[in-house]
Amino acid sequence: MRSIGGGRILAAGQPILEVSELACIRGDRAIFAGLSFSVPAGGALLLTGANGAGKSSLLRILAGLLPAAEGEVLLEGTPARADPTGHALRLRYISSQDALKPALTVAENLAFYAALWGGEVTPALEALGLSALAGLPGRVLSTGQRRRLALARLALAPTRLWLLDEPSLGLDAASVTRLGALMARHRAAGGAILAATHLPLPLPDATELKL
Amino acid sequence: MSGGVFGAFLAVLGREWKLALRHPADTLAAVLFFVLVAALFPFGVGPAPETLSRLAPGALLAAALLAALLPLDRLFGAEAEDGSLDQLLLSGLPRSALAAAKALGHWLTTGVPLIAATPIAAAMLNLPVEAWGVAMAALALATALLSLLGTLGAALTLGARRGGVLLPLLVLPLAIPAVIFGAAAIEAASAGLSAAPFLLLLGAGVSIAAPLAPLAAGAALGGD
Repeated sequence: MRSIGGGRILAAGQPILEVSELACIRGDRAIFAGLSFSVPAGGALLLTGANGAGKSSLLRILAGLLPAAEGEVLLEGTPARADPTGHALRLRYISSQDALKPALTVAENLAFYAALWGGEVTPALEALGLSALAGLPGRVLSTGQRRRLALARLALAPTRLWLLDEPSLGLDAASVTRLGALMARHRAAGGAILAATHLPLPLPDATELKL
Repeated sequence: MSGGVFGAFLAVLGREWKLALRHPADTLAAVLFFVLVAALFPFGVGPAPETLSRLAPGALLAAALLAALLPLDRLFGAEAEDGSLDQLLLSGLPRSALAAAKALGHWLTTGVPLIAATPIAAAMLNLPVEAWGVAMAALALATALLSLLGTLGAALTLGARRGGVLLPLLVLPLAIPAVIFGAAAIEAASAGLSAAPFLLLLGAGVSIAAPLAPLAAGAALGGD
């Protein structure tokens, strides 16, 4: 096992993610400023707010894909800025895009990420109910199936933090239940979840942050 | 499990290779473009063998570099469109290593097929057979240089409007030394002289660009 996620023991009560005085400017417009919050181990935070409130921008800043105008992001006590490559390996980011290659099969699409991050393809496909589709090329998948394949990346090697952008968009009820089980297992193992969503998500005891 | 940075590098490279095999049209388009340009020259300058052989070195280099440019604006563009670029940036590969993998992938899937097609183009341009070996070596180095500079250009123009137009304007001027030394090497070989000095100069260019271009491309990918 690599020491990126599951192996590390956290001091009791230390939050997984700490955000202080974060500000985001897109173009000339300040999207948000002075944003501070923390997410404990096993915790979940629901990001809500109107379109354009900066939910996706916040997730991208936390992932290290977008520079923050101000403020600091600490993941397990380590500043994100100090080591961007290491920071990237301590989280999973599921954006609103599915990041699938239509020419590769379902299993090949996921196998690429398994080669990068570790983990097994077969159980990950199983977790999202995609086993029967493993040999199909990505181009024939429906919207919901594409979303499930994107979410299957969460079931590869464990990390401490999940950043989810509208994870349940286009999913049927059975798939939302599967996603709920995956998220519950992640939180039970001491992981934290940040999810931006307009839809109800199966995240019991989640705190809500309205942007 | 996975083997750190080197393992991730190989995974990205393997994916490039697999995607090129599933989409052979991109590679084929570059090779056909190269061969067709070489085939058009005799029509333009007339079939006089001496004239053609004199033009051959420069025509080969120019045609190969233009052909290698064709797939470049999709290098990061396609990844950005479907959201894969975000995942690649979070892959655990430093951004410069990601750019290096992309550059090597471009050379393997575009440069190498062009080298393989060089004898066909060389025959149509009446290049003496003795110079074919040197022509392939010169094209190998010149396309490698273009892959490196092109990756930098693709990273810089990513997200720019009309990036496809900007990219050649940015990259081709930087590739002029590759044309000069590559053509000089082929000319020397067809005159029966040693091509080594020119190939060594080209090689020096590749060795300078190999670390620097991915570093710069990585920095360009970092910005939003």
